[in-house]
Amino acid sequence: MSWLVALPVGLIGFVGLLAASRAVDTGIYAHGFVFFIAAVLAGFFAIRKNEEITREWQASKTSQEPVYNDAIIKVGVIASTFWGVVGFVVGLVIALQLAYPALNFDLPWTNFGRLRPLHTSAVIFAFGGTVLLTTSFHVVQRTCRARLAGLWAPWFVFWGYQLFIVLAATGYIFGITQSKEYAEPEWYVDLWLTIVWVVYLLVFLGTLMRRKEPHIYVANWFYLAFIVTIAMLHIVNNLAMPVSIFGAKSYQLFSGVQDALTQWWYGHNAVGFFLTAGFLGIMYYYVPKQAERPVYSYRLSIVHFWALIFLYIWAGPHHLHYTALPDWAQTLGMTFSIMLWMPSWGGMINGLMTLSGAWDKLRTDPILRMMVLSVAFYGMSTFEGPLMSIKAVNSLSHYTDWTIGHVHSGALGWVGFVSFGALYFLAPVVWKRQRLYSLRLVSLHFWISTLGIVLYVAAMWVSGILQGLMWRAYDSLGFLEYSFAETVEAMHPFYLIRALGGGLFVLGSLIMAYNIWRTARGDIRQEAPYGVPSVAGA
Amino acid sequence: MADRPIDSHSGQETTGHEWDGIRELDTPLPRWWKWVFYATIVWSIGYWIAMPSWPMVSTFTKGVLGYSSRGAVMDDIAEARAAQSGLLSRIEQASLEQIRTDPALLEFALAGGRSAFAVNCVQCHGSGAAGNVGYPNLNDDEWLWGGSLQAIQHSITHGIRNETDEDARVSDMPAFLRDEVLTSAQVNDVTEYVLSLTNQAEDRASAARGQAIFAENCVSCHGDGGQGNAEFGAPALNNGIWLYGGDRETIRETVAYSRRGVMPAWGQIIDEATVKKLTIYVHSLGGGQ
Repeated sequence: MSWLVALPVGLIGFVGLLAASRAVDTGIYAHGFVFFIAAVLAGFFAIRKNEEITREWQASKTSQEPVYNDAIIKVGVIASTFWGVVGFVVGLVIALQLAYPALNFDLPWTNFGRLRPLHTSAVIFAFGGTVLLTTSFHVVQRTCRARLAGLWAPWFVFWGYQLFIVLAATGYIFGITQSKEYAEPEWYVDLWLTIVWVVYLLVFLGTLMRRKEPHIYVANWFYLAFIVTIAMLHIVNNLAMPVSIFGAKSYQLFSGVQDALTQWWYGHNAVGFFLTAGFLGIMYYYVPKQAERPVYSYRLSIVHFWALIFLYIWAGPHHLHYTALPDWAQTLGMTFSIMLWMPSWGGMINGLMTLSGAWDKLRTDPILRMMVLSVAFYGMSTFEGPLMSIKAVNSLSHYTDWTIGHVHSGALGWVGFVSFGALYFLAPVVWKRQRLYSLRLVSLHFWISTLGIVLYVAAMWVSGILQGLMWRAYDSLGFLEYSFAETVEAMHPFYLIRALGGGLFVLGSLIMAYNIWRTARGDIRQEAPYGVPSVAGA
Repeated sequence: MADRPIDSHSGQETTGHEWDGIRELDTPLPRWWKWVFYATIVWSIGYWIAMPSWPMVSTFTKGVLGYSSRGAVMDDIAEARAAQSGLLSRIEQASLEQIRTDPALLEFALAGGRSAFAVNCVQCHGSGAAGNVGYPNLNDDEWLWGGSLQAIQHSITHGIRNETDEDARVSDMPAFLRDEVLTSAQVNDVTEYVLSLTNQAEDRASAARGQAIFAENCVSCHGDGGQGNAEFGAPALNNGIWLYGGDRETIRETVAYSRRGVMPAWGQIIDEATVKKLTIYVHSLGGGQ
């Protein structure tokens, strides 16, 4: 272990202790200690793993064949599964809180207002982010035939990101927030993520530069676009001035409608570059691998990549229709969202058509089936998005549950299922098993979760449209028909159906966790091969 | 390149690259995809020409249709007003009594009042106007400050015990224990007496002592039989209708520490015609005098 490890670890621990000792509020006090504890754990980790990591590193220098860093993928699979289950469970809790407000328990820490960002951050950043880190580290190594750049840097990125998650999550529970949706963590957590992210970019670029392949594979374009754009979005949207260098509270640089526009430029492109571009990177590697078929169209991948990148960045203002945002900005947000439709579908076409010549595998391979349904949900969500960005539609859908339904068809269907597919692919690879513990459990997961998504999304469609119509209902004399409380009451049955759907999705994720755990242990379930009827003539 | 492998299923050449076993076909862009993409671009350009769209140095392109969100809302409001105009202006002109006796105006005022009540009043008085602890039921014929059209209109317009309207209805019951007007034992006695007015007393001696205290401290507002007085917003104590609750604990707390319910001056928040509609609606709920 060199000063390259000791210095940053020592520095982090020192800054943590300093912040804790000078803290002007309990948030910084607690988080200062979290930094310190993280530094101590990092020190132990570095000492324990030093020999192993250095040995592999040396081997990779002399070996003709690439020696991949698979240890980090293994930890990533475990962490992704863990955060997935946590994020889904919190989602179920807040779904139940909406149906039964008594479940807020009248405690600040369990209040919907604090648990909701915990849910969104846990599923997007903890689950989605860890899946992206893990798969990008796997894909970039395999498609470049090169070991991940950096001896310790990839580990810093991985564990640094986990520290970011812990800081964000504990902050929400204790009420530390800058109240920007999907960007709730305060300035010091944002700074930490910025450092981690820059190292992530360097690791990724470094690996690309050492590639043994003449060309950069399309999945890596998408990963790189994701990393670069998220860095830009994160920094600009989080520009803020802390009240004290030893305090959690800060004030935003922008205010009013400028702040709103910056926020939704960030918010929508978090969807575009985190949840779309990043996960298209996953799709472009794992779908052709699982289907064992060539990618449908190289040309389409180039055209839809650049069209997507160029058009997505404009679409944010559609979150601010009929607000103080100037009309011209609303128009641009809407029209660019419409133009985004086909570039988004380019990814769907390339994903689905890659199966041509292998459609029969859907009968026998539940992992591939999961990926294909994911791409189908992607197609549906990216049609629904432009539709909802049309101002006339938006005037009905905005602020209603329809938006929640739209988000979850993308999040549960697309992001969730393509992640599950990748995790199922990775588990036997990183633990070097012949196959997953059980393909039948994958199929069970598939059906239970699909049913959950259908219930969730359908309930929110009905509820959202009902809500929108009730809000705008006038009687024959021109007076509003319903009070707000009456519209809330009308939502109740749909909130129950939504919670049921979410519960099924949680159940599915637990089945996956069990399957991956048994795979890691090296167990293989004795079962009839999938897709072959177990009872003749049945 | 001569050595591009042919994919057996599609019969197409691949691009000749391979990454970890993944190859790529070079299928042309689907025609429908390309044309729909072009169509969305053409449509967007048309929309930009029609609508406000591109920012310039100090202004923006206004669009040939002359649309603005603000203008559209103004038009919508004007249209809605025009649809109601005959009745609305008549409501503005008419007295409450006239509204109540004209069937067309009455129907309009009741509908408008119900809608305004649903937006502004249900938070405290409940969706069915049945009230809540501290917020009176508006369906019965028990009125703290009077149930005539004029009295209701005054309560809505100026509110109760707020600090924003000089004409707000104000009355302050002393906090008999906290202000040290009565001792704790005396508060118990007077509570017992108040309970006796609705036949709930359990201790006759205590109630008798309380009667004397009541006569000295309470009758000026609540009347000598506890029948109440709308002039002071003093509720009747003998009819079993309670704003905060009629059990011993609650009555004792009311005597000892007083109550001070507040209602905003809605005349400062909503227009006069809406206050009239609300007045007619609340008056119609069952107990209007």
